[in-house]
Amino acid sequence: MTSTDQQAFLSVRDLKVHFSTEDGIVKAVDGLSFDLEKGKTLGIVGESGSGKSVTNLTILGLHDRHRTAIDGEILLDGKELTTARESELEKLRGNKMAMIFQDALASLSPYHTIGKQIGETYRKHTGASKSEARKRAIEMLRRVGIPQPDMRVDDYPHQFSGGMRQRAMIAMALVCDPELLIADEPTTALDVTVQAQIMDLLKDLQQEFGTAIVFITHDLGVIADIADDVLVMYGGRCVERGTKEEVLRTPQHPYTVGLLSSMPSLDGPVDVPLSPIPGSPPSLLNPPSGCRFHPRCTFAEKVPGGLCSTERPLLKVEAGRGSACHLTLDQRQEFFADLAATRH
Amino acid sequence: MSNTNPLLDVTGLTKHFPVKGGFPIRRTVGAVQAVDGLDFQVNEGEALGLVGESGCGKSTTGRLITRLLEPTGGKISYRGQDITHAGRKELAPVRSEIQMIFQDPYASLNPRQTVGKIISGPMEINDINPEGGREKRVRELLEIVGLNPEHYNRFPHEFSGGQRQRIGVARALALEPKLIVADEPVSALDVSIQAQVVNLLQKVQQELGIAFVFIAHDLAVVRHFSQRVAVMYLGKIVEIADRDDLYGNPRHPYTKALLSAVPEATVDETPARERIRLQGDVPSPLNPPSGCRFRTRCWKATEKCATEAPPLVQVEGNKPGHLTACHYPETEGTIPAPRLSKDPQAAA
Repeated sequence: MTSTDQQAFLSVRDLKVHFSTEDGIVKAVDGLSFDLEKGKTLGIVGESGSGKSVTNLTILGLHDRHRTAIDGEILLDGKELTTARESELEKLRGNKMAMIFQDALASLSPYHTIGKQIGETYRKHTGASKSEARKRAIEMLRRVGIPQPDMRVDDYPHQFSGGMRQRAMIAMALVCDPELLIADEPTTALDVTVQAQIMDLLKDLQQEFGTAIVFITHDLGVIADIADDVLVMYGGRCVERGTKEEVLRTPQHPYTVGLLSSMPSLDGPVDVPLSPIPGSPPSLLNPPSGCRFHPRCTFAEKVPGGLCSTERPLLKVEAGRGSACHLTLDQRQEFFADLAATRH
Repeated sequence: MSNTNPLLDVTGLTKHFPVKGGFPIRRTVGAVQAVDGLDFQVNEGEALGLVGESGCGKSTTGRLITRLLEPTGGKISYRGQDITHAGRKELAPVRSEIQMIFQDPYASLNPRQTVGKIISGPMEINDINPEGGREKRVRELLEIVGLNPEHYNRFPHEFSGGQRQRIGVARALALEPKLIVADEPVSALDVSIQAQVVNLLQKVQQELGIAFVFIAHDLAVVRHFSQRVAVMYLGKIVEIADRDDLYGNPRHPYTKALLSAVPEATVDETPARERIRLQGDVPSPLNPPSGCRFRTRCWKATEKCATEAPPLVQVEGNKPGHLTACHYPETEGTIPAPRLSKDPQAAA
């Protein structure tokens, strides 16, 4: 997340993604900017409906073009993606950029074997023959740690366990050695020991190929493990960004603080109730005015003049670090110190 | 609370799902040994956490306790009454005392019924007419779980995931149960909502004195909620202990590995736990390893582990009630063999 003059590998500038639906316009992403270098991992944290998945579908051009209004820039290696033609995107997708989805079972075709699905991408982009693609699929399955890959390659998705399906998805995403990998909650459905394996696998593969990874998750623990930089999203906007250390050690936004203090840990006190964030995430059809977090924010009343409900706080970023909140830094230090002490 | 009559007493509980195959005559060719010889007790008002990875049999256990599944073997007693193979009629009174909360708040509520109808369903089935009518009771329940009683006539789709799970909790409370089996009650919810539901369940447990079997894969949530915790692996309990003993002094290598795999939202230089990376997946319960079922992924496994299944006992150095099924229990500071451990620095 450096703001150097030279172009970052992936650069998103003031991205706005609006869907028109029968009920009105859904502002799924509302002014988002970030940079990502090769070999680095950007963790995007947010709840369902925070716009994190939409952002990444837009990068890949997988959004519904007829119903989506996109504003802003997405530059991948200097190439503008928002205005790129579908045929150009097709050449990039699966080849230069790839995605791992959350629900592996829903993302795999139940009618085709795992091997065929992995090989298909490879054949399309390299023009390899069927037998070459099969060989490649077996190799990929072995690389992602599927036992007996030469037998499992002919299995159908329903014959795989959850962890294995996710591995197969990763194999499929990496089959053409992409430079950008977007992982949308890739470990959410997995067991912790398998999650640890998958994250190690992603880290190893990243080290080997220098892949840039956008890692979307709701789990701050996963972020602590894998990310270099973190972007916290709420209601379609970035509320806080910084390095992983900055965001987790000294969070600056009440939402980040709330997330951290609502999570139980393996060492914290057990006899006190958790401190949840009250309310539920906002509807993007009719988002709250001003700061989108203000209806759930316990500090909103501390800001004079009801500023939180009338004016959108700007994201002030300095050297990659910033947050969007009306509280002064001194106020935040004071308020958040207590919360840090009661952290579970 | 030990040694008094437990609310639920499970001994040798076994569930094998037959696998059919062959042509033209389909025969039973094997069995998925989902649950294989579980022994545990749940005391009144106590929360027992069941943790383990998918496929370890924790959900099957929950369904066996609630008798949604028929056990293959073993015994389940509820308040001294053997309910292992009890019939529908015999079970009816027990069923109203053992309730279940399901994982998916979207699939576990009938979309065509109003909230009022959903929550009063259990009362209707059991022909219970509380004082002041069912509607009044439902409104009370809605209030207990933190929903607006005015929402009585709404449909599930009008609620968010967290609110739906609250409806599920209200339904489970409708018959004033003594035991609630909660199968992954928060894992489908947003992080900021999870804490709300965990707090609600904890309030229910403490204020109404309901015993819980809390099934989850999230070790931190289980630690927060349960007084005792059982760790399952491939259909067996590998370790069971009071919360503090289990998390503070895990003796089974699997427990230790499981704890070390939990990603924590801290960026401290020195990780609180040494990292143990298990290799491979959980073996198939269709054909589980002989002896100790964890041996194929264990860094300590020897010949003995392959031939002899370790009993679930109180190993040396454990407090009473802390049972471990391992031939070579961990001691504090045991360093796993380097081939399976991974230097956190190198991985970063």
